[in-house]
Amino acid sequence: MELILALSIGVLGGSGVWLLMRPRTFQLIIGLSLLSYAVNLFIFSMGRFPVGRPPVLEPGTAGDPAQYADPLPQALVLTAIVIGFATTALFLVVMLAARGLTGGDHVDGRRQDH
Amino acid sequence: MQHLAIAPILLPLLAGAIMIPMDDQRGRLRAALGVASALGLLAIAIALAFLADAGDAAPVFVYRLGNWPAQFGIVLVVDRLAAMLLLLSAVLGLAALLFSLVRWQRMGAHFHALFQFQLMGLNGAFLTGDLFNLFVFFEVLLAASYGLALHGSGVARVKAGLHYIAINLAASLLFLIGVSMIYGVAGTLNMADLAARIPALPAEDRPLLEAGAAILAMAFLAKAAMWPMGFWLAPTYSAASPPAAAIFSMMSKVGFYAVLRLSLLLFGAEAGASAGFGSTWLFLGGLATIAFGAISVLATQDLSRLAGASVLISSGTSLAALGAGQEAVTSGALFYLASSALAIGAFFLLVELLERGREVGADVLAVTQEAYGGKTEEDEEEVEVGTPIPATMAVLGGCFLCCALVLAGLPPLSGFIAKFAMLDGILNPQGLGQGAAAVPPDGWALLAALILSGLATVLAMTRAGIRSLWAATDRAVPRVGVVEIAPILLLLGLCIGMTAGAGPVLRYMQATASALHTAPSYMGSVVPVDGTTEARP
Repeated sequence: MELILALSIGVLGGSGVWLLMRPRTFQLIIGLSLLSYAVNLFIFSMGRFPVGRPPVLEPGTAGDPAQYADPLPQALVLTAIVIGFATTALFLVVMLAARGLTGGDHVDGRRQDH
Repeated sequence: MQHLAIAPILLPLLAGAIMIPMDDQRGRLRAALGVASALGLLAIAIALAFLADAGDAAPVFVYRLGNWPAQFGIVLVVDRLAAMLLLLSAVLGLAALLFSLVRWQRMGAHFHALFQFQLMGLNGAFLTGDLFNLFVFFEVLLAASYGLALHGSGVARVKAGLHYIAINLAASLLFLIGVSMIYGVAGTLNMADLAARIPALPAEDRPLLEAGAAILAMAFLAKAAMWPMGFWLAPTYSAASPPAAAIFSMMSKVGFYAVLRLSLLLFGAEAGASAGFGSTWLFLGGLATIAFGAISVLATQDLSRLAGASVLISSGTSLAALGAGQEAVTSGALFYLASSALAIGAFFLLVELLERGREVGADVLAVTQEAYGGKTEEDEEEVEVGTPIPATMAVLGGCFLCCALVLAGLPPLSGFIAKFAMLDGILNPQGLGQGAAAVPPDGWALLAALILSGLATVLAMTRAGIRSLWAATDRAVPRVGVVEIAPILLLLGLCIGMTAGAGPVLRYMQATASALHTAPSYMGSVVPVDGTTEARP
C-alpha cells in the first residue's frame, strides 16, 4: 500500500515537473494539474493512511486515537482541491486570452515551430 | 472590542461581495463603497495599532473563531507586527484606490471588487495564527492579484500575467507540501503550538521538519522575490496597471512577513537543536537579491521597471537584515520595510503620471492609449485641467526627488533613518556607546550591500530623473488631476512624517522586534502553557 502510494505520488509529481518545463501552455496546465494531484495525495499520506478506520468518533465512546484516521489532512486535502480547482480554471481563462492576443500557445507568446 | 480583530477581514469581504452584482451604471456608488471600506480599514488599523502598542510584548487580541482552543480551532492574532502591517496595507490600499478613481477603474470589469478581495487577503495573511489559514489567505490574495495584474488587458499584461500565475501556482504547491510535512512531523499547524512543540521533537524527526520548513520558505521567498526566484517580479509589476502595482508592492511584503514571523517564532533561540535554522540562507539569499536588484536598477531604461527593481532591493535588504539575526537590525529592517513600501507605492503611481506626457513610451502606455480610444469623455471628466504648467512639472519633480531620496536612503528622509538604524544595529550590537564589539564579517558584508545598493539607486534615479524631467524638451506636459496627485502626496507625506516622528516610530519598531525575538510571549498567550483554555470575554 505504501509502495503504491509512494510510486503514484512520484510518477505524478515527476511527470508534472517535466510538463511544467515544456514551452506550450497546454502542457503547462496539464503539468500543474498532475502536480496538484501528487501534492493532494502527499498531504493525505501525511495523516498516516490506516485502512478501514473512520475519521470521526463514534457517539458515546471516548475513543482511542489509534483506532481512528486523522481527519485534519482530509480536511486540508478538501480545501486544497477546491482552491486548486478554482485557480486552475482561472489560469485556463488567462491562457485562452493569451492564445487570442498572441496568436500562439507558446508560454512566452512567441510563435515557434517545434 | 475583541471583535475588532476580525473586522479587517470582514469589512473588505462584505464590501467586495456587495460590489460584484452591481452593474456598471452604479460605478459611482461602487467607487464610494470602495473608498468607504478603505477608510474604514484605515481607522480599524490605527485603532489596532494603538491597542497593540499600549500592551506589553504579548499579542493584544487572540481571537478564537468558533471559540475552540487554539490547538484545534482557528485563531487570529493581533500583535504589534500584524497591526503595523495592517496599517501599512490600509494606507497603500487607500492611496491606490484614490489614484484609480480618475481613470484606471474604468479600464476593466470588477476592479473595485478585486481590489477589496486583495485587501482582505492581505489583512487575513497578516492576522492569521495558523499555517493552513495562511495558505487560504495567500490564495485569496493571489486570486485577486491575478485579476488585478490583468486589469486593463493588453498583450504585455497577459504575457506577464501568464508567467506570474504559473509561478504562483507552483509556489502554492510547494506551500502545501511544506505545510503537510510539518503537520506530519509535529501534528499541529497552529504557529504558537508548533513553536511550543519543536524544542521537544525527537532528533530523528528534525530533518523532516526542517525540510518541510525549507520547502515552505521557498513558497514565501518566491513571493518575496528572493534571488533566484524573483525574475517574475519586474515584468509583472511594470506591466500591471499603476494602482495594482502599488498594492502589489505590499504583496511582496507578505512573503517577507511570513518568513519573519515563522523563522523567529519556530526557529528562535528557544527552538533547541533547530535554533537559527535557515538564517544563513536568508542572509546569503538577501545579499544576492540586493546585488541582483542593484544590477537591474542600473541596467533598466524604463521607469516602471526601475520601480520593480526597487522592490527587489527592498525585499533583499529586509531578508538580509532578518538573516543577520540581531534584534536591533530587525527593528531597523521593520522601519525600512514601512518606509520603502510607502515610497515604492508612491513611485509606481508617479511613474504613470511621468510617462503620460511621453510620445513613445513603454508597452503600458501604448495599451493605455489603445484602451482609451480617442481622448474624449475621459479628459473632460478629469478634475484638474487648468493647473499651471510649471507647477505640474515642479510637483512631479518634487515627488520624484522624495521617492529617490527615500529609496536610496539619503538624508534627510525616512530611508536614511531606516538604513542608519540597521547600520547602527550592525556596528553596535549592544547599543550605542556600550563598547565597540568586534563586527563579524557578515556584518561588514551587509553594511557594504546596504551602502552599495543605495549608491546604485542614486545613480539610476538620477539618470531616470534627468531623462524624464529635464532632457525631454519635446514632451507634452502631462495633465494631472488633484485626485491623482493627492495619494502620492499622502504616501510621501507619511514618509516625511516618519522622518519627523522617527523617535516614536522607531520605538514601536524596537518593541515589535523585541517581541518577535522572544517567542514565548507570543506562544504563551495564544496557547496557554498549562493547557487550560480561558473563555472568550
